[in-house]
Amino acid sequence: MPESAVPLLRLRDVHKRFGAVEVLKGVSFDVAMGEVVCIIGPSGSGKSTILRCINALVPIESGSILVDGQEVNDPALDKLALRRKVGMVFQQYNLFPHKTALQNVMMAPIHVLKQDRKAVEERAWALLKKVRLEGKEASYPGELSGGQQQRVAIARSLAMNPELMLFDEVTAALDPETVKEVLVTIRELAEEGMTCILVTHEMGFAREIGDHIYFTDRGVIVEHGPPKTFFVEAKDPRTRQFLDQIL
Amino acid sequence: MEAFYEWFRWLYEATGINLTIFYDAFDRNRMISGFWMTVRLCLLCIFFSIVIGVVGAWLQGSQLKWTRRAVHGFIALFRDTPPLVQIYFFYFGLGALLPRVDNAFGIPEPILTNVQWAVISLSLFAGAFNVEIFRSGIEAVPKATVEAAEALGYSRLRAYIHVVLPLAVRICLPALNNNIVNLVKTTTLAYAIAVPEMLYVTKQIWSDATNVPEMMVFLLLAYVFLVGCVVWVMARIERWLKVPGIGL
Ligand SMILES: Nc1ncnc2c1ncn2[C@@H]1O[C@H](COP(=O)(O)OP(=O)(O)OP(=O)(O)O)[C@@H](O)[C@H]1O
Ligand SMILES: [Mg+2]
Repeated sequence: MPESAVPLLRLRDVHKRFGAVEVLKGVSFDVAMGEVVCIIGPSGSGKSTILRCINALVPIESGSILVDGQEVNDPALDKLALRRKVGMVFQQYNLFPHKTALQNVMMAPIHVLKQDRKAVEERAWALLKKVRLEGKEASYPGELSGGQQQRVAIARSLAMNPELMLFDEVTAALDPETVKEVLVTIRELAEEGMTCILVTHEMGFAREIGDHIYFTDRGVIVEHGPPKTFFVEAKDPRTRQFLDQIL
Repeated sequence: MEAFYEWFRWLYEATGINLTIFYDAFDRNRMISGFWMTVRLCLLCIFFSIVIGVVGAWLQGSQLKWTRRAVHGFIALFRDTPPLVQIYFFYFGLGALLPRVDNAFGIPEPILTNVQWAVISLSLFAGAFNVEIFRSGIEAVPKATVEAAEALGYSRLRAYIHVVLPLAVRICLPALNNNIVNLVKTTTLAYAIAVPEMLYVTKQIWSDATNVPEMMVFLLLAYVFLVGCVVWVMARIERWLKVPGIGL
């Protein structure tokens, strides 16, 4: 596991509540540059919430989230600076349905980063090629399969040149056939050294590409470790029960 | 053209159907200017009412409680009162309170003309409905789509302009069409403050020529034509905005 002095992401004792319900009860972990971290756990355990806290889609009550040295739990947070660094891909793709695949990829760099349209377009073509969507540039999301839409969503995130990618059960809405094409794309990214956090139910995939596995339950990290040991030696009864159900 | 006009004179002499607006140059010019006045009222009010709708719907999503309440009050006021009363309120009520200014000949004149008051009051009237219409469209835009924009670094305003509004417009287009058609018909209320639009000139013409039934039929047909044009344009816009995979 790559281990550098200063981690790209550092969570310390993160607490998050929705109304009266405490959803995260003190979550701490580090993600080093180039590392691929997988978060697994039962439904409702707070996996999505962890990701949404990291890029400030929801504010946290207490604790610290440092992304590349920038504190997220700060009223004066520069959200744009943070979101340039953190890309996020959602379970339901959430593409912009009124724009073509190419436009979906081009929009944020042009609107948000004010980059030159020509250069952005060139990069967008390259990104769509990278996620194997050549020939689909002019298609609208409504004309693409789930797997294709998800790959457009990945390309759309990559267009912002993020340092950290968050994947929230990105294959959960796909049929088994198309799951593979999306996983291939993610694996390539990981191999290129992209720092990734994956929330996933694909245990085989987590085991294969994860440098570190975290198991969450009811708002805490119950257990973690490198996949080799985690999947065989997990001790906590909650982890065991979860793994037995899913494997 | 001259033969066309003369045919109506013949029609009058042969049958008694008296359409002065065709064979009489004076009435014809009155009707043409009335028609253009109506068209101008329509275009200005459609434009401003849409601007009011877009801005109002944006303000309605504001974090500030008093901004939201102000928009709410505006809607209640203009949606729940008769448009004719609104026009009177603006022209006779507000108009009388505003100071007068001297014109080029040194004669004091109201700051705003009756045409301008008509545009203001009709735009606000239709705008109040448009705020509600756009809001219903905005509410139908999936939260997750907006969140995706946020995650890409879009501010609330940028997400509204580039993502929320384009989707909301597509969703609420049928309701918007209805309101615009209503607005076109409501411009006849400007008659009440002597704006020389189509209904007003029609009344002038029939007072002079005592051809009420003919003018009434003509006026109805003129509005059928006008609204037909509006509907046609809106259908074109609808088709132009249509995107595969978004239900319209
Ligand atoms: N916006 C919200 N308002 C209120 N409660 C919320 C909100 N978002 C999440 N929750 C609650 O927080 C808890 C954790 O939700 P979260 O989505 O993080 O779980 P998850 O681990 O991602 O589950 P899943 O595997 O089903 O996606 C759940 O009980 C959920 O009901
Ligand atoms: Mg989730």
